[in-house]
Amino acid sequence: MAAEAGKVDPMHQFSIEPLFGTDNWQIAGYHIPFTNSALWMTISAVALLIFVAGGLKRQLVPGRWQMAVETFTGFVDGMLAANIGPNGKKYVPYIFSLFMFILFANFFGLLPLGVVGVHAFTFTSHFSATGVLSVMAFAIVLIVGFAKHKLHFFSLFVPHGTPLIMIPLIFCIELVSFLVRPFSLGLRLFVAMMAGHVLLEVLSGFVINGINAGVGIGPVVSLLSFILMVAICALELLVAAIQAYVFALLTSLYLNDAENLH
Amino acid sequence: MPQIAQLGETYASQIFWILLIFGFVFFVIGNGMVPKVMATVALRDKQIGNDLAAAEAARKAADAEEEAWRKRENENRAQAQAIIAGAKTQAARVTEGRLAEVAVKLDAQLAEADARIAAARDGALNEIETVATEAASDIVARIAGVTVDEAAARAAVKEALHG
Repeated sequence: MAAEAGKVDPMHQFSIEPLFGTDNWQIAGYHIPFTNSALWMTISAVALLIFVAGGLKRQLVPGRWQMAVETFTGFVDGMLAANIGPNGKKYVPYIFSLFMFILFANFFGLLPLGVVGVHAFTFTSHFSATGVLSVMAFAIVLIVGFAKHKLHFFSLFVPHGTPLIMIPLIFCIELVSFLVRPFSLGLRLFVAMMAGHVLLEVLSGFVINGINAGVGIGPVVSLLSFILMVAICALELLVAAIQAYVFALLTSLYLNDAENLH
Repeated sequence: MPQIAQLGETYASQIFWILLIFGFVFFVIGNGMVPKVMATVALRDKQIGNDLAAAEAARKAADAEEEAWRKRENENRAQAQAIIAGAKTQAARVTEGRLAEVAVKLDAQLAEADARIAAARDGALNEIETVATEAASDIVARIAGVTVDEAAARAAVKEALHG
């Protein structure tokens, strides 16, 4: 994956670069420098803060901004009501934070800031970041499940109407599928975001190299790649929203298991 | 890929910062602001619900009012119709009485006039007879030189007049 001279390295965009605090910022021996990844997390959080704060005017007749914020809270509220039921109301703050944070992160990562020399960084394309979010979701499921149902929570792994002799086998299968959840949840987001960004980078490499190749087939490849890039950019915007939605939806489905068992 | 190549040196930083920043997002935005936004929405929904209920109640009241008004109106109309009908019959009765009275009076006048006409005619007839008698007597006296007594002349004239 090393960058050769004159070639575009599609993986370089994912490298984490410490910005400051490299030398002495550490907790219990672990280095925690403020990196470009942390910077974009902060940018997403601040943008989300501004967005939600703008909708906090609490007017009876909402303006556009307030309407937009209320649309998102209503969307999350509706999703939880549909998946969990009336008990789902208390998860609205968490799912809203999760959904909006990932959504903002995905969109900010797609900003074409390279044009002006700044490089957007998509921290959701790192499983070390998405893994934390998915493990947290999984932990909440476990905590809620065991707090609410005690050891009865294990009946989640035995669906209704399972024949008696099948129970050990079904239990094992269900347990494995349950334990795989945090990995699939975190990896799905990481893979989807990374794949899209790599694809865009590879295509832009084609465009650049095609032009550099001078007359002949090169510019044709460039043009075709460029058209494809435009289409894939649109697709990536869709994927950014869908992956945020999928993450929030699956988290709420898992919470439904914890709340209502089967 | 940097995600794996840099994992050893960056995982602590990644985990620390995402916990810190997502924690901020959850506690400040999710827990602090979102409930207020939701409360505003709930308040508005409640307000709209109340307004709709009030409007519904007002509509019902208006319907009842209209129903009552219509009933009253119908009663009034029926009453008015009854009054008109009564007045009509009374007026008809009065007119009938007056007409009868006038007819009686007219009948009397007619009878009197008839009598007067008959008397006048009789008088006129007598006059004509008398004149005719005298004329007949004169004519007879002049032509025949006979003097006819009045009673005979009258009888002759009567016979000639009435055939």
